[in-house]
Amino acid sequence: MSASEHDVRRDLRRYIEDNFVLGASGPQLKDADSFLEHHVLDSTGFLELIAHLEETYGIKVTDDEMVPENLDSIDAVAAYLARKRA
Amino acid sequence: MRHALLHHAFEATAARLPGKTALVCGTRRLAYREVQARVQRLASRLCAAGVARGDRVVVMLEADIEYAVAVHAVLRIGAVLVPLAPTTKADKLAFVIEDTEASALLTEARLEATWGPARERCAGLRRLLLAATFDDDADADLPRDEAAAQDLAALLYTSGSTGRPKGVMLSHHNMTSAWAAVQAYLGLRESDVIGLALPPTYSYGLYHLLMGLGLGATVVIERQAAFPVKLAETLEREAVTVFPAVPSLFAALLDTPAAARFDHRALRIVSNAAAALPTSHIERIRRRWPQARLYCMYGMTECKRISYLPPEELERRPGSVGRGMPMQEHWLVDEANRRLPHGSTGQLVVSGPHVMQGYWRRPQETAERLGPGPREGERVLYTGDLFRSDDEGYLYFVARMDDIIKTGGEKVAPREVEDAIHQLEGVTGCAVIGVPDARLGQTVKAYVTLRADAAVDARAVIRHCQARLESHMVPKTVEIVQALPMTESGKVRHAALREAEPTRGSDSA
Repeated sequence: MSASEHDVRRDLRRYIEDNFVLGASGPQLKDADSFLEHHVLDSTGFLELIAHLEETYGIKVTDDEMVPENLDSIDAVAAYLARKRA
Repeated sequence: MRHALLHHAFEATAARLPGKTALVCGTRRLAYREVQARVQRLASRLCAAGVARGDRVVVMLEADIEYAVAVHAVLRIGAVLVPLAPTTKADKLAFVIEDTEASALLTEARLEATWGPARERCAGLRRLLLAATFDDDADADLPRDEAAAQDLAALLYTSGSTGRPKGVMLSHHNMTSAWAAVQAYLGLRESDVIGLALPPTYSYGLYHLLMGLGLGATVVIERQAAFPVKLAETLEREAVTVFPAVPSLFAALLDTPAAARFDHRALRIVSNAAAALPTSHIERIRRRWPQARLYCMYGMTECKRISYLPPEELERRPGSVGRGMPMQEHWLVDEANRRLPHGSTGQLVVSGPHVMQGYWRRPQETAERLGPGPREGERVLYTGDLFRSDDEGYLYFVARMDDIIKTGGEKVAPREVEDAIHQLEGVTGCAVIGVPDARLGQTVKAYVTLRADAAVDARAVIRHCQARLESHMVPKTVEIVQALPMTESGKVRHAALREAEPTRGSDSA
């Protein structure tokens, strides 16, 4: 894992934890865990995540890219960002 | 065919169509025969655990096949179904378990962060069954099905805009009555494939699950509706014919161009309920699925459904939800509870066999909603919703009575302002509330969400409204936001916006 991908994962985790609970009683979310299945994000949550990615990483998430394969876990988002920024 | 108890239709179907696919969820598919076998095993296990007729059973499960099985198993043993969304927090779960004095909780291992703390607080909860064990063999025979039509079938907890959640008491008779009335106009068929992206724990989704399985249709549970493209793909792959939805689901599908490339020609019925459909959406829905009949419907958990607009009236009466449904009576009343003629505006009152028994152990809240009716001993439902009617009695939603804005002596219905804002190109959602104002009492404020490429700012929204609305209705402030607070059943939570208002900074115009 490159240093920058490591940073991306750390930032993503912080963003998710700061904005979408987990909290004391929440489950410890693993990088591969689905946000949807673990009720971390719902449909409006994903819209907020997309806005965050666009703002923070200067990318444009296209309509076609709004799929769980790109957005539904820390792993998925990190890989997606790596592809987008390559 | 009308059955006396809510689950009898499913049992009849399972006997008639054992090999037909009943449920689809992701890659899982189950035939009626298998669903029925699972229902019977779980029902036996509940009996073996000592759960009896009239006991309350809380069901907190993901939208999946196990949820459908649990619903029917609880009904089969004559117990009372108390469904909760899997997103429920521990506090609310504990509250509902104690409020209902539930004897069992059906849930799953993955939700332990919720049920773990709740279980510790609820000493009275005797049994906890996890979904992974639903299929274990039980050493008990199923008892005779001896529930009566007037027994409670379900307690549906409504969050309400304020206060503690309340359990809406629905008898088997209430629910089969609502079902029969809805079926009389919707005309679902055995050959239908119902695409269920709605949470199946709330009234709208729960009835589609029950009705679909009762009719012998196939119910497709879609859990990835947060991704419009996935939802659109499922509608194509499963050749869904019936798609019940809420405005936010429609907006997501319509606003995602990539969702439009899928083939939805199998769709024959699309319906909207839970929140009023902006009139601008109606035209887009009809263009997107021209072969489908669009039903604009209105109801509330307290009686399931109240009105629907026949699709052939859409053109003539956009924005109307129709004039009731079979087997009920309804009328409008003024503030003194006087009955109003057609062409008036007032609170909608409903009478019929679908009206709830009351709120579970809340005599005072029950008395606020259920009042005496025209017949001796009858109790009718005061909806708390303002409607206007045209001279033929077609109903148009005006507002929740609690949501009406009073500004400088004028009353403003949020819906009228929201409809105007929705007509502005690039707007994806909006909610209008009253905010306190020293001079006017309240002023109108709009929260607006936009498509990413929309060239719209707060001033543009205000200018747009000035051109269309009387001046007292034009928002004084507009805040562009990323998302609106929604209930899980798809309504914008106006109350949440009002509560957030005094403390919140704003970059509004």
